[in-house]
Amino acid sequence: MRLISLYLIGLVFGVGISISGMANPAKLLNFFDIAGTWDPSLAFVMGGALIVTFIGYRFVLKRPAPMMSESFQLPTRRDLDLPLIAGSAVFGIGWGISGFCPGGALPALGTGRIEVVTFVIALLAGIFVAKVLQSMLAKRAPVQI
Amino acid sequence: METVFTPFLSLGGGVLIGLSAILLMATAGRIMGATGILAGLLQPSNFSDWSWRATVLAGMVTGPVVVMFFTGEFPAVQVPISTTMLITGGFIVGLGVTFGAGCTSGHGVCGMARLSPRSIAATFTFMITTGITVYVVRHMLGA
Repeated sequence: MRLISLYLIGLVFGVGISISGMANPAKLLNFFDIAGTWDPSLAFVMGGALIVTFIGYRFVLKRPAPMMSESFQLPTRRDLDLPLIAGSAVFGIGWGISGFCPGGALPALGTGRIEVVTFVIALLAGIFVAKVLQSMLAKRAPVQI
Repeated sequence: METVFTPFLSLGGGVLIGLSAILLMATAGRIMGATGILAGLLQPSNFSDWSWRATVLAGMVTGPVVVMFFTGEFPAVQVPISTTMLITGGFIVGLGVTFGAGCTSGHGVCGMARLSPRSIAATFTFMITTGITVYVVRHMLGA
């Protein structure tokens, strides 16, 4: 029952990404290309997703616990640090080069297109290298600024 | 490459993405972030942790197949760039989302919906650098 629910939740996400255009790099790059072939569609994706989640979370997070788990797993940090900002800046560069973000590319794997598989393998390589770097940095003493 | 403006389909897709984020929080108590789900799959803490991630991912991948079933065609995936750029971009995205601890779904939708200062800062940062990158690649380098 739990796994069926989780599967269907993933499916709703995958269908949403598919019909929204987030799985299409051409559309995504055009959203950012205001000076060229601009396509504002993705503002509607982000806007729709954000408004629905904002309202839904108000109700869900008021409950004492989720239905199929002991507690809500929410990030607790609120401080801004260098890895967050630099990492996000670097992510944007990769997104602007490729037109794929992870949330768009993972459902797009279902189309079986070789370009998507290529992107996801490169993505996994990047995540792996970053994890190795993170564990190397964690072993060193924290940098004093 | 020009693409057609699809406000209603995109809004509908966005609503479904939001709905799935609410449902994942309501059931498993988890953030619907592609980066977090994928990264945890590589380094699971136990089988139960691995299984929910793998199951959600399996659902995601079936999305285009369901769309194909109802419309007769897969959602468009137009890749107007070279394979080299695709691989370079993918690797850079992997580095960035790991250090930045999230991407468009985790920070841009779920984190912003929680009004998390970290997610708001992350989202503004990557939206700006993506825009700059697209401008540089298309209008200065002419790729």
